[in-house]
Amino acid sequence: MTEPTPVQVDKPVVSQVSDVTTPGMAVGIDGTYEAGLELKARSQWSYARNRFLRHRLAMSGLIVLVIVFGAGIFANLVAPYSFEEIDLTNVLAGPTTAAHHFFGTDEIGRDFFSRVIFGIRTSMEVGVFVAFVSSIIGVIVGAVAGYYGGWIDNILMRITDLVLTLPALAILLTAAALLGQGSQWRVSVILALFFWTGLARIVRGVFLSLREKEYVEAAKAAGSGDIRIMFRHILPNTLGPIVVNGTLSVGAAIIVEAALSFLGFGIKPPTPSLGSLIASGQQFPQKWWITVFPGLTLLIIVVAINFVGDGLRDALDPQQRRVRA
Amino acid sequence: MPEPVLSIRNLIVEFRTEDGVVHAVDDISYDVFPGETLGIVGESGSGKSVSTMSILGLIPQPPGRIANGTAMFKGKDLLKMKKRELRRVRGDEVAMVFQDPMTSLNPVLKVGYQLGEAIKTHYPKEPNEKVKERVIELLRLVGVPNPESRYDNYPHEFSGGMRQRAMIAMSIANSPSLLIADEPTTALDVTIQAQVLEVLKRVQAETHAATILITHDLGIVAEMCERVIVMYGGKIVEHGDVHTIFQNPRHPYTIGLMDSLPKLTEDEEWLRPIPGQPPSLINRPPGCAFHPRCFLSQGRLQCREEVPPLRPIDGGKDHASACHFAEELIGRHSKFAEPVPAGGAS
Repeated sequence: MTEPTPVQVDKPVVSQVSDVTTPGMAVGIDGTYEAGLELKARSQWSYARNRFLRHRLAMSGLIVLVIVFGAGIFANLVAPYSFEEIDLTNVLAGPTTAAHHFFGTDEIGRDFFSRVIFGIRTSMEVGVFVAFVSSIIGVIVGAVAGYYGGWIDNILMRITDLVLTLPALAILLTAAALLGQGSQWRVSVILALFFWTGLARIVRGVFLSLREKEYVEAAKAAGSGDIRIMFRHILPNTLGPIVVNGTLSVGAAIIVEAALSFLGFGIKPPTPSLGSLIASGQQFPQKWWITVFPGLTLLIIVVAINFVGDGLRDALDPQQRRVRA
Repeated sequence: MPEPVLSIRNLIVEFRTEDGVVHAVDDISYDVFPGETLGIVGESGSGKSVSTMSILGLIPQPPGRIANGTAMFKGKDLLKMKKRELRRVRGDEVAMVFQDPMTSLNPVLKVGYQLGEAIKTHYPKEPNEKVKERVIELLRLVGVPNPESRYDNYPHEFSGGMRQRAMIAMSIANSPSLLIADEPTTALDVTIQAQVLEVLKRVQAETHAATILITHDLGIVAEMCERVIVMYGGKIVEHGDVHTIFQNPRHPYTIGLMDSLPKLTEDEEWLRPIPGQPPSLINRPPGCAFHPRCFLSQGRLQCREEVPPLRPIDGGKDHASACHFAEELIGRHSKFAEPVPAGGAS
């Protein structure tokens, strides 16, 4: 795995000054001198960034994600074929480098490598959209509940509990059955309506404790309104958990979308999604590549996202100053 | 006499708790005049803070409740204002400095940004460069060195005294006509206290804001204030100008407070605390709330049964005391009175 900019100790240091360029180690040579002791101020974010850059697992996850998602984003350029180009003379061929059929072809001769890459794009779009929309819902619900407390909190949290107790997959299947297989966006919206609960609870907890802080009272005494206090003063304190949760829910959403598509209730067939690609392998148990490649891709994506999420969690925890190996 | 900036009449604030109703502030009235510094002193729980927080709508309601009273500020009653109106007053015309500068600044926002917020909240159309200029000017005014580079610092990069300076800067950002400082130096160590008080004085000279200084430190009162209000058990027990209060206190509680301080010019082996406990604000002693601890009461019936009214006393201008037997204290000086008369305070 790639090591982020190792400090090269064994090489003789030519001059002291050049050493300062090592990221994460820069000690305020360039700092403002005030009484000769002042170091350059470092923000919370720069500490967090350094911690993240030193987190090996997270960095490898990030690199993998950039490659895989990059392939998804630029699918048009990366994929050797279109995802619906049919070649009936070359059906169910195994993986080969010939004609760039790296992952073989499917039952009607479509290049499976291209289909997987376009599947990545679909899954990625669903995951990011769901994470983004559900984070917004979760933040608003959690912030309002935690800040106002009382009956507002009670109502919002009971609704949250209700959504949490609903068996998401069953509801999604029902919805899909009623509405028919949908476009990618419909699936995404439905998923987003289920994914906000965890974050709402986290944000509510943080708001509950922070609204008692004196700086909130000071903001009130300065004449700030509720909305301003919630989103300008308290929200920045909760960004850590929000970012971590948002990242992890990209992975979770991709898995659930895959499960839905696998069961045939997700995204409509011509558009490939990792779930439906895996499902298509069921008909051809001997043609291993049809199941293995999309499955492996899904696994890699989700594991990488979770590594990145873990890294962010460690990096954004302000209690932690210890440098992680 | 000039028009008062703030005129509080018959303010009653209660808190409902599981144990009963707490009478935090019980029927107090006072005026604050332009440009003056009014000290409010008293023990913890005497209602000092609540009396000022409540008029700005800063006590949680419920459980808090303003049961009665008016607070006229520039011809308007703060207690009858709508939430939105009151918000416009807070931080603009009336500003507060809080006790603990360590927790009163938001740890994740840059100091300069937070000060700018105080301006932007009330003047959202103000261009950003002008706000920044003003913030730097404010930081310079309160004596923060290198305000240009300090602007981009986070609160954890400020020392305690520096943070309190920043808080003071924030409070005067919109040139308020009334500044309420709630124990502004309690959380700071003594040398820093002196500096912060200096800053407060300078700021007051600059802005001509009337100041209410809430404290339990009589030294700060003597240093900073022109007039003093002494509170006990949610009531005002004595008020007067600072000279009179220190020279001729006419309430046994005020005398007790002063006697409990060590006088550094004398060789004192023991502190002389006021015996007993502050009164429970749920079941207040009948009559004068101070009578169980009072050296003057000696179990007299009137003290136990009749609530003493706050009445004018001869001692000096604007001097009033809520003691049935205030006259018996004539000639009895606090130990801070000069010269110390024979058989005086002890």
